[in-house]
Amino acid sequence: MQSTEIVKTAQRQAVLDDARRAMEICNACRYCEGYCAVFPAMEQRRAFSDSDLNYLANLCHNCRGCYYSCQYAPPHEFNLNIPKTFQKLRAESYEQYAWPGPLARLFHRNGLIVCMATALGVAGVLLLTMLLQTSDILFAAHSGPGAFYAVIPYELMVGLASLTFGYAIVALTGGAIKYWRDAGPGTEGSVSWSTLWQAFQDAATLKHLGGGTGEGCAYPDEAFSNIRRVFHHFMFYGFMLCFAATSVATIYDHVFGWVAPYGWFSIPVILGTVGGMGLLIGPAGLVWLKFKADDASAEKNLMGMDVAFLALLFLVSLTGLILLVIRETPAMGIALAIHLGFVLTLFLVLPYSKFVHGIYRSAALVRYAIEMKNAKPSGE
Amino acid sequence: MVDLTKNYDALVIGGGNAALCAAITAREQGCSVLLLEHAPRHFRGGNSRHTRNLRCMHDEPTDVLTDAYHEDEYWDDLMRVTKGVTTESLARMTIRASAEVTPWMVERGVRFQPSLGGTLNLGRTNAFFLGGGKALVNGYFATAERLGIDILYDTEVRNLKIRDGVFQSADVISKGFPYTVTARNLVCASGGFQANLDWLKESWGPAADNFIIRGTSYNKGRMLRVLLDNGVTSVGDPKQCHAVAIDARAPQFDGGIVTRLDCVPFSIVVDRDAQRFYDEGEDFWPKRYAIWGRLVAAQPDQIAYAIIDAKCIKLFMPSVFPAIESDSIAGLAEKLGLDVAALEKTVADYNAAVQPGTFDNSILDNCATDGLTPPKTHWARKIEDGPFYAYPLRPGITFTYLGVKVDAEARMVMANDQPSENMFASGEIMAGNILGQGYLAGLGMTIGTVFGRIAGKEAAKNAKH
Ligand SMILES: Cc1cc2nc3c(=O)[nH]c(=O)nc-3n(C[C@H](O)[C@H](O)[C@H](O)COP(=O)(O)OP(=O)(O)OC[C@H]3O[C@@H](n4cnc5c(N)ncnc54)[C@H](O)[C@@H]3O)c2cc1C
Ligand code: SF4
Ligand code: SF4
Repeated sequence: MQSTEIVKTAQRQAVLDDARRAMEICNACRYCEGYCAVFPAMEQRRAFSDSDLNYLANLCHNCRGCYYSCQYAPPHEFNLNIPKTFQKLRAESYEQYAWPGPLARLFHRNGLIVCMATALGVAGVLLLTMLLQTSDILFAAHSGPGAFYAVIPYELMVGLASLTFGYAIVALTGGAIKYWRDAGPGTEGSVSWSTLWQAFQDAATLKHLGGGTGEGCAYPDEAFSNIRRVFHHFMFYGFMLCFAATSVATIYDHVFGWVAPYGWFSIPVILGTVGGMGLLIGPAGLVWLKFKADDASAEKNLMGMDVAFLALLFLVSLTGLILLVIRETPAMGIALAIHLGFVLTLFLVLPYSKFVHGIYRSAALVRYAIEMKNAKPSGE
Repeated sequence: MVDLTKNYDALVIGGGNAALCAAITAREQGCSVLLLEHAPRHFRGGNSRHTRNLRCMHDEPTDVLTDAYHEDEYWDDLMRVTKGVTTESLARMTIRASAEVTPWMVERGVRFQPSLGGTLNLGRTNAFFLGGGKALVNGYFATAERLGIDILYDTEVRNLKIRDGVFQSADVISKGFPYTVTARNLVCASGGFQANLDWLKESWGPAADNFIIRGTSYNKGRMLRVLLDNGVTSVGDPKQCHAVAIDARAPQFDGGIVTRLDCVPFSIVVDRDAQRFYDEGEDFWPKRYAIWGRLVAAQPDQIAYAIIDAKCIKLFMPSVFPAIESDSIAGLAEKLGLDVAALEKTVADYNAAVQPGTFDNSILDNCATDGLTPPKTHWARKIEDGPFYAYPLRPGITFTYLGVKVDAEARMVMANDQPSENMFASGEIMAGNILGQGYLAGLGMTIGTVFGRIAGKEAAKNAKH
């Protein structure tokens, strides 16, 4: 245990040192200053502390604009590859900020862990359902209000969902606090409504995936394109719509006493269906781009984390939509159990998956907004 | 597959800005075009891949330039740096044409930073490439491919067959195999000869062994030599090059912009024997950095060291290699391999000569030495606050001045003062027509863009006859 910790630190140090070297070269060059937030933030400093580097790495979207443009990219002897260097550092930072600390190791071989957690989660819920219900109930067609709860009791379903979701919130908050303490603005300035609003806009529009001119980034290859931004929007807004669907359903249930399932044209179902589509198109598109992408600037070892999380989102959505379609047939019981298995796993792994990038990047954008508000002109 | 047995309308030699502008223009006018680049794909783009911006005239603000920069001011700037060694008709034509280039560039894949950014506050006179020159070159190559220009990397033109000022064919080595290529027109955009150490030695002697080449290693001047040997008229001083003082730890080639050092005005600069040799505070650095390349080249072993103390370290842009640091001057001397006593004496003499003054690095301030030879006339402050820092300096060669003479149609001018029928030149290889000496930031790319377009157009006209 002790010795793996030391190895870990040495590895993290090597990644940090490489990032520091890279930023020192860029800071003497600055040709890429128009691409994204990383470069203007870099220009505010002469020296780069570990915390600064963690912040800059989490500002980077891995858009690769600065890789293809770099006259020092390999095989040049300076061997500069900013997106790859930052991708590695981000992965290190996810471990560093994981909450609780000992679970940081879930980020090692994260793709495998997320897959196994998903398998166990789905199998577990299925098994539980089988144990709870006799097969005549499980395989009967149910309809009308409370149909789902005939298969999985209301209290159990709500209880499990609240527990796992609640845990995710707590663990993500723990991580966010650790991040903010280490790589937040410190004494640079404080959060205000205007900086929050700026960061919110940057995050919501993925402004920095626009490559500075809005033409997009060098992804999946050297040509500039907005395709990654588009797929990410499908995914993100799909996710938000699904979240909204669940929230509306909760209000229906608790406030109005209207019990699920809801009709085809009810608000929760419409939101969930549209969002679910987004969650199919977005993740599928992003995975497709990943495999299509020129891998010069990607760290192969870290692809598992991205792909596993995207696949999980895709499957949550797919099983949800299947459930919607077959909810009046005898297959509903099994479909419900499977969907629930995916959803609960998603909640559980959120704090230990690629999902955290959203939290840290948003936090980095807030710091960026603060920093730019107080910015001294670059170039000193 | 590129068919090298074909008789192309235009053969373009080079893979930098000037070559690409010519190739794209000729292709757009319907020519079949073959572009040969000596470098492999990774290192394509010559010196152009290291550039930051180009200088453009404009009478009112544009999307990429602020305010206005009129023809007369541009011309005055050019006169100032060249001291009149220019060809007025070509220079003015270039300045006027520069007003139209940015939209043309954008349509062909170049992207600019919005005018309000820009590290050097040059947003008024110069338009900055988003991502720098390599991004520009990438954009042009993508356009060239889309237009159907035949492109070969790793292909060096070794010799040209020219008869009576008319280009016939080129001997090339493509990926190790020899070919002879024929074309109706030749556009030569193969840069200067600064990467050819033997040639540099003809002017500089063995000192050239210690020169660092800031840009590509592929600009060896082979085409320039062949053209001059075949009766093309030369322009520019064969012994001159644009040399700046850069960090001595830079790689031999392709170190580019990041090896630049801006610390000299705040320092004292000593040679191998720990002696000062020139006024470090003579003028603002942008006006002096080109002189310092030559100064360092004239010192023994072509090496010098700029020495500053803690209060100056944040006054200039960071550079790529960290400063060499020590708590004492003696410690610094040891790290630099200089004579300890000699450096201590030089610093002590300098400190003793520094007069009181009000330091201000935004003006030519009144901080100067008294009774010191050579003097330091501005920004002179005692070197007394540790830690002390040093940067080693060597001459860094940007480009050479010798080139081929051209006319307003970018045609090479032959010994009898007649323009060649089918040979055109663009870029660094003909920049000497306009920049006879000195340098104006951003003019290199402007010349390549303007003359590249002209060469492409004229070659296309020729091809149609
Ligand atoms: C570090 C640095 C920064 C600079 N910054 C700026 C700037 O910001 N703005 C500016 O205006 N200028 C700048 N310059 C100057 C600028 O680079 C040149 O003026 C400009 O790039 C010249 O373009 P070109 O196409 O003529 O030559 P290059 O871009 O050098 O292209 C010459 C090409 O010819 C090829 N070649 C040579 N010989 C052969 C052969 N025999 N066969 C086949 N191919 C051959 C080379 O491989 C190369 O691709 C800078 C120069 C350096 C070194
Ligand atoms: S990535 Fe390369 S070109 Fe871009 S700023 Fe850094 S060193 Fe310069
Ligand atoms: S990869 Fe893209 S987002 Fe990351 S630093 Fe480079 S330009 Fe910025």
